[in-house]
Amino acid sequence: MNSSHMLQVENLSKYFGGVKAVNSVSFDLAEGELLGIIGPNGSGKTTVVNCITGFVKPDSGKILYLNQNITRWAPYKIINLGIARTFQMVRPFYQLPAFKNIIIPLYSPRVKRLAGGKYGDRDAVALDLLEEVGFERDSFVSYKVASALPQGYLKRLELAKGIALRPDLLILDELFSGLSLAEVASIVPIIEKLRFQGKTILMIEHRLKELFRIADRVIVLNFGEKIADGLPKEVLDSEEVKKAYLGSEEG
Amino acid sequence: MMKKRKERIDRGIKARSEDIFALSSLREMIYLLIPRAIPVLGLLVVSPFLSAYWQEVFISTAIYALLAISWDLLASCGLVSLGQSLFYGIGSYIAGALNYYLGWSPLFTIPVATIGGGVLCTIFLLPVLRLRGIYFAMVTLVLPLMFLRLVEATRILGGTEGLTGLDSFPTQLTALYVIQLALLAALFGFRRIMGSDYGLIIMGINDNDRSVMNAGINIFWYKTQVLFLASAVGSFAGAFGTHMDMFAGMPGFALDYSIMPVAAAVVGGMGTFAGPMVGSFILVPLSEILRALGALRIVFYGLFLVVFIVALPEGLFHYIQRKYHQFERWVEVEK
Repeated sequence: MNSSHMLQVENLSKYFGGVKAVNSVSFDLAEGELLGIIGPNGSGKTTVVNCITGFVKPDSGKILYLNQNITRWAPYKIINLGIARTFQMVRPFYQLPAFKNIIIPLYSPRVKRLAGGKYGDRDAVALDLLEEVGFERDSFVSYKVASALPQGYLKRLELAKGIALRPDLLILDELFSGLSLAEVASIVPIIEKLRFQGKTILMIEHRLKELFRIADRVIVLNFGEKIADGLPKEVLDSEEVKKAYLGSEEG
Repeated sequence: MMKKRKERIDRGIKARSEDIFALSSLREMIYLLIPRAIPVLGLLVVSPFLSAYWQEVFISTAIYALLAISWDLLASCGLVSLGQSLFYGIGSYIAGALNYYLGWSPLFTIPVATIGGGVLCTIFLLPVLRLRGIYFAMVTLVLPLMFLRLVEATRILGGTEGLTGLDSFPTQLTALYVIQLALLAALFGFRRIMGSDYGLIIMGINDNDRSVMNAGINIFWYKTQVLFLASAVGSFAGAFGTHMDMFAGMPGFALDYSIMPVAAAVVGGMGTFAGPMVGSFILVPLSEILRALGALRIVFYGLFLVVFIVALPEGLFHYIQRKYHQFERWVEVEK
């Protein structure tokens, strides 16, 4: 066990009824790494993330974060340790203006602690964060009610909510899905900037082309089992991965 | 063919947000002050001039208004309560017992019942706090009925007779002012809370609780705090009502105290605290006026409720607020 490992997942299993959503999956994540998780639909990617962040309790296996066992912890405890995630299906607070959405993570114990007790003007910090993820400052889009925002902005809002928590490990669950090529191209630099700031990133992605360009390493899940783990190029050439994707719409 | 639609435009105030106003003229200050001054002056100045009978109606209205405000606070956190009488009954019995057995004056029993009732009700409801919607509602509905039968069967706290001959307030005017100040404190206090960042969390829990969890916030703890605030306000109403009636007994757990706050919130408009208060100030006096109709009272009362809810589903307060803050005009749109 290497101490530079930020996250270690050991023999993680989760069953829904008789279905093995995740079956004895193990992987680890080094500090500063960008790891991609790919796999056909229903291969258990999101369930793995749900287990790591505590939204789903795994049936067996262990999850270590910075050598601390966080298996089956409540989500808010895990998140306050420094793990933040985005949801595949965006979960904004629809009744609130976009920047007010960011206030809620800014209110978390973690951010309060990192900011040294009392927080100043949360509104200003929230507007800065939104600008960081591409809400144009002078267009008033940050003040719009979330229910009036188009999908592209909702995805950015989801990302901003994650960044607002000042995480060390950021988990992005299909951040690119439902976005146009141009929108993806504008979000990629944001992710690269986060890496430059030293954040460790775990990305679930269906958009392989974009992912392979930025990922250090990729693991592949199929029917809840890990079938490949390596550099993007190695994974792509693996026979088993080809077989898994063949027949599914990913081709 | 030309069709018309209503266009709504916000009135030109420089900046209007939940709690910060940037005002540039006296006119704007008056514009913002009037809606806040009317309830305060209306209550404090008008009420002493009412007849003794209507003062009593007024006090009982204010008690219902407190329960309705407490209901609205729970609802803004996604907790639908059908058991406001739990809060009322617990508060009423704590104050009653302290006065009856220990001889404490209302000056002490009411604060103790407020805090104690808040703590007790929070503990009772803690196990079901993770439930939402109808499940939470069912439990709140059942609990007061359980306490009712508990008192009846075990004959504790006076059993079916209740605790009688309790101390009242020195004068009716004292009672009138105590309840009004409490009502205004709850109204403006809760509005203030909901306008702050803390209130955003509460609204967020109602809107999307998983997203609040995902923001590293312990929603169970926040719901507990809201539950405590709401039960404390309800228990205060109960403690106050008990000293007013000089009686603590099984009627404290009656269904009236559960249903009226919900009706008031629906008629007045949910989520504003002012709405449920307005609703109470319509429904409770109306029920008194309708007493003249004798047996048909409930029929007309029900009819009024139905007509009101169908005609103004958003609630009276939301309607007035919209008219006050926005211009409306008909504009022609092309079909």
